[in-house]
Amino acid sequence: MNAPNSFRTGPDDNGHFGLFGGRFVAETLMPLILDLETAYNEAKADPAYKAEMDAGLKHYVGRPSPLYYAERLTEHLRAGAPAGMGAKIYFKREELNHTGSHKVNNVLGQILLARRMGKKRIIAETGAGQHGVATATLCARYGLECVVYMGAVDVARQAPNVFRMKMLGASVVPVQSGSKTLKDAMNEALRDWVTNVSDTFYCIGTVAGPHPYPAMVRDFQSIIGTETREQMLEMEGRLPDSLIACIGGGSNAMGLFHPFLDDPSVKIFGVEAAGHGIPSGQHAASLTGGRPGVLHGNRTYLLMDADGQIAEAHSISAGLDYPGIGPEHSWLHDTGRATYISATDDEALEAFQLVAKLEGIIPALEPAHALAKVAQLAPTFPEDHLMVVNLSGRGDKDIPQVADILGTSL
Amino acid sequence: MSTRIETRFRACAAEGRAALVTFVTAGDPDHDTSLALLKALPAAGADIIELGVPFTDPMADGPAIQAAGLRALAAGQTLAKTLAMVKTFRESDDTTPLVLMGYYNPVYVYGVERFLTDAKAAGVDGLVVVDLPPEEDGELCLPALAAGLDFIRLATPTTDDKRLPAVLAHTAGFVYYVSITGITGAAQADPDAVGRAVARIKRHTTLPVAVGFGVKTPESAAAIAANADGVVVGSALIDALRATLDAENRATPATLTAVTDLVGRLAEAVRGVRRQAAE
Repeated sequence: MNAPNSFRTGPDDNGHFGLFGGRFVAETLMPLILDLETAYNEAKADPAYKAEMDAGLKHYVGRPSPLYYAERLTEHLRAGAPAGMGAKIYFKREELNHTGSHKVNNVLGQILLARRMGKKRIIAETGAGQHGVATATLCARYGLECVVYMGAVDVARQAPNVFRMKMLGASVVPVQSGSKTLKDAMNEALRDWVTNVSDTFYCIGTVAGPHPYPAMVRDFQSIIGTETREQMLEMEGRLPDSLIACIGGGSNAMGLFHPFLDDPSVKIFGVEAAGHGIPSGQHAASLTGGRPGVLHGNRTYLLMDADGQIAEAHSISAGLDYPGIGPEHSWLHDTGRATYISATDDEALEAFQLVAKLEGIIPALEPAHALAKVAQLAPTFPEDHLMVVNLSGRGDKDIPQVADILGTSL
Repeated sequence: MSTRIETRFRACAAEGRAALVTFVTAGDPDHDTSLALLKALPAAGADIIELGVPFTDPMADGPAIQAAGLRALAAGQTLAKTLAMVKTFRESDDTTPLVLMGYYNPVYVYGVERFLTDAKAAGVDGLVVVDLPPEEDGELCLPALAAGLDFIRLATPTTDDKRLPAVLAHTAGFVYYVSITGITGAAQADPDAVGRAVARIKRHTTLPVAVGFGVKTPESAAAIAANADGVVVGSALIDALRATLDAENRATPATLTAVTDLVGRLAEAVRGVRRQAAE
């Protein structure tokens, strides 16, 4: 594929990033997503909306999030690298946001949009529960009804977040259909939306779904990359040499990557969840192990069988346990602008523990996948290579699960 | 030459009644039972058959049809097997219109050109693909029309007058009016609201209008039949089928007749209603 003049102009008017994206939804929803697109375009052009966003991000979310030099992790990895090798590693501290992950950036934007549109009822899907918690939080803040769909399997493995959502006043609906994980939660949220068309706003948590969601969620998350750019220029006087982030649907990664897509000197790595390993078939690496198909409103790489039936993803991390990926990532993959690799459950678990001990930061299992690849990639770059990893969430929610895996009874 | 769909709607109109459109999922609960059911539907009273193509993630369907799809997939159903079922059905029935209904991904993965060739050769008359709105017409709708297959569009309560022309533009065979905002088998359709909606659609098209999604009983089918060219019943038939399965979801001797009996009662109800002068 020929490289475009810019990687930052997509999608086109119909929501396509090359072959990917689009609006594959039932007719009942079509007028709703067209309304949403109009409302979003009007909001983007309205200084009052931007002012409200900026104030919310600063005073409620706690932005900007720090860009932090992870000195001990850097030194630790240099100790195992050849002389002169070992990248300088920075963490973009999205785990310090209110609610503990990057998810709140997007939810704030969508909830303010829902208010503009006069919608009183918010629905959301969630995997690990981070998006559900962020949505429940903003709904509490603005006095909106909140219903969160969560796969029954995820409800069991993310109990702390389920309790948090309930404390915040949300209804959590355990989804019993299909594989009872994130994709089924999304199906059920779409079924709710098709049923409650007049008063309900669907707050999608990642850069997937029908147009305009992939572009809109990316725009809200791009604050991550925009801040990183300014902070790195201030701290090092130049752009980073590489970016790395974990990918389920891919919103934290797209938020970090997008402002750098037209800087060819910046290498970009997305890390998918390899579960028990790609050859095992039990993984969630849609780009590495899938092919193009149509699900949840967009065309993108999917895990599926020869008949086009969607496969069940597997990852230790509920937040990455999704058989698809945002369509813009599929396009960046096919154009070669970004490189997509994968980390196994075991690698993520090891990085989770390493970073806790070396940096005093307990990462969520999701960014632990990116950290696992940092541990492998950093020693292959020289010491003056600046590497930014998106620390997209904190690990508090994973403590019971990790304790269980490590054989500790809490 | 008239298509099977045109011929059948015309015949029903000549009898002064609506057509009964029955939905079953291909391969539910297993291939052989499903094929036997397919063959038995016309004699039981089905005027038009909608055959569901199973999909793991049927976003517009309620629990009954979701479960039917998963039963079929567990029993090994594939799109290729569904097309083969249609071919077998056509060996003994060359007049009952048969429409495939499902989601785009299995067709996309099968390959659009290959699918259209194979579907036409098998004797499929039309397609209802839930997740292909007019905005994506280039994907399957236009190639299907070129291949001589009707592309049957869904119109819904959210399809306003401004949008309706775009929805009807490339619709062929009939218009499928979704009587509720919601998933299959959920709320009960309101016959008065449906009547107004059908009249609204008919101001924009000469195609027959069939109504589905909220029709559960012979009584509700009759109420809808008074104001529409066709009445679609799906989840109620699936429920009747499921109620006869054993603990392992296997068919029992009661399975076939449970469905055909209900089809018979629905047909009787629909045939008992004289169409109000809609034309």
